[in-house]
Amino acid sequence: MARIPSAAPADPFPGSPGNSRFPWLLAAVFLASVVLSWRAAQVDPRLLVEGDTLANVARFVRGMFPPQLAGDFLVLMVRSAIETVQISVMGTAIAVLIGFPLGLLATSSLTWTGILHERTSRAGRWALGFVPYAAARAVLSVFRSIPEYVWAFMFVRAVGLGPFPGVLAIGVAYGGMLGKVYSEILENVNPRPLETLHAAGASKLGVVLYGLVPQALPNVIAYTLYRWECAIRASAILGFVGAGGLGQQIELSMRMFQFDEVLTLLGILFVLVAGVDLISAKIRARVA
Amino acid sequence: MAPVATTARPGRAWTLWVGGGFVALLVWSADATRMDLASLGSGEALRQITLYVAKLFPPDLSRATLREAGLGAVETFAISLIGSLFAVMLALPLALLATRTLLYRGILFEARPPGLGVRAGRLALYGVGKGTLNLLRTIPEIVWALIFVFMVGLGPFPGVLALGVHTGGVLGKLFGEVLEDVDAAPLEALQATGASRFTILVYGVLPQALPQFVSYALYRWEVNIRAAAMMGFVGAGGLGQRIYVAISLFYERELMTLILAIYLIVTLVDALSAYLRARLV
Repeated sequence: MARIPSAAPADPFPGSPGNSRFPWLLAAVFLASVVLSWRAAQVDPRLLVEGDTLANVARFVRGMFPPQLAGDFLVLMVRSAIETVQISVMGTAIAVLIGFPLGLLATSSLTWTGILHERTSRAGRWALGFVPYAAARAVLSVFRSIPEYVWAFMFVRAVGLGPFPGVLAIGVAYGGMLGKVYSEILENVNPRPLETLHAAGASKLGVVLYGLVPQALPNVIAYTLYRWECAIRASAILGFVGAGGLGQQIELSMRMFQFDEVLTLLGILFVLVAGVDLISAKIRARVA
Repeated sequence: MAPVATTARPGRAWTLWVGGGFVALLVWSADATRMDLASLGSGEALRQITLYVAKLFPPDLSRATLREAGLGAVETFAISLIGSLFAVMLALPLALLATRTLLYRGILFEARPPGLGVRAGRLALYGVGKGTLNLLRTIPEIVWALIFVFMVGLGPFPGVLALGVHTGGVLGKLFGEVLEDVDAAPLEALQATGASRFTILVYGVLPQALPQFVSYALYRWEVNIRAAAMMGFVGAGGLGQRIYVAISLFYERELMTLILAIYLIVTLVDALSAYLRARLV
């Protein structure tokens, strides 16, 4: 690389990543972690071309065709698919119920900084603003860092099998994600309209309703719809821990080696995901 | 109310229709999922949840459990890292196939447009690339994990393969979109100097696309650390396997330790990824 001559002139951008030891350090750490991870994950590409593996692949592929299209099986599976959609809708609704209020609290410009709190005393800001703000952030972080299937597993234990624990799991995990993103959207609105309203003598509520909400709403809706798309996928997966929907059927068929049923189920899942993507993309294109 | 200019805004009727549709969808779903918010708020379900949560505390911090949690966390981290690496290696070639502007149209082919036969062949190639990516992407990673467990046996390796294949599909699609959306001006400048297609690709397209590639790969790594922790539920190693055992045997306090381990490792990877993105992109 001729980019860095050995007798370089004085560095015009000291500390920029291109000129420090950072890339070398990063490369070394990266290589070391890859090598260690390779061993820890017991990666063994030879397994892929072993006779047993190839025989299993052949068995799986041959078993998938023709897909299982018997009437009563299809009816049962379509019912599971519908349940999957319903879990995703209810889960996203609960996620909004959890995420929205927590997201508002976790927005620094609403709770303790910026134009709305110019005239609040420092102690007041700390007690009424910062403490709830920090608490909301912590709760959101816990909600979203524990993956939805762990939540589902625990809710199955707590409230029993069926779609309900799936709804709660998606609600809690996605509530954490929505809350965080809502707060980011709210913090990144253009402050000018808020300042104008404030200068015109609008109350705090007025500033929020007429300055903040109209700017944030399209993004909030678009992100919520995007999360709904993800929720469809997630609710299909939650069946693996006993929380209803398509996943449960896929696991059953897979464990019974009924690969023709697996193919049908994957086809249904494909149609479902594609359909929701389409609807959500259409609405997002109009809103945002 | 005075009529407002409604050029790009959705109309009122449209809003009502979509809003009404969502309300109907909600009611229908609430009914079918046996959602009973009232009972959740007041009675039985809430009591059961509280009871269960109480059993989780205090987390078991004995040496044996901590060791298991540590081993599981390392394995989960390893699965996510190698899986994401496989995904990038799979996504790069497939993304080149799934990019129309590299195959048959756009600035690269302005000077010498391909003949009809070549065009049809390239279009078919594009279809194959896109189709493969869709297939890889639509099947969830946990289903891939089940399939790979069947093919290569238990252990973390099928988890790595599952993440690699599914994420490969996701990244391939994203990479392809990045490649199609690069700014055309630098490519035109290169073309005007008489650069070959390959030179335009290497010096015009890739330098624009690489930072976004890195950014997307890091983002998917964050997704994959969560997914890697799940792989164990179907026998593909990591923290998931230990969580599965703890839940099945009603070891609630061990479970809490393992959940803390997931929380730590997920937070760590999120922070690492954010840091790297800030430094690199």
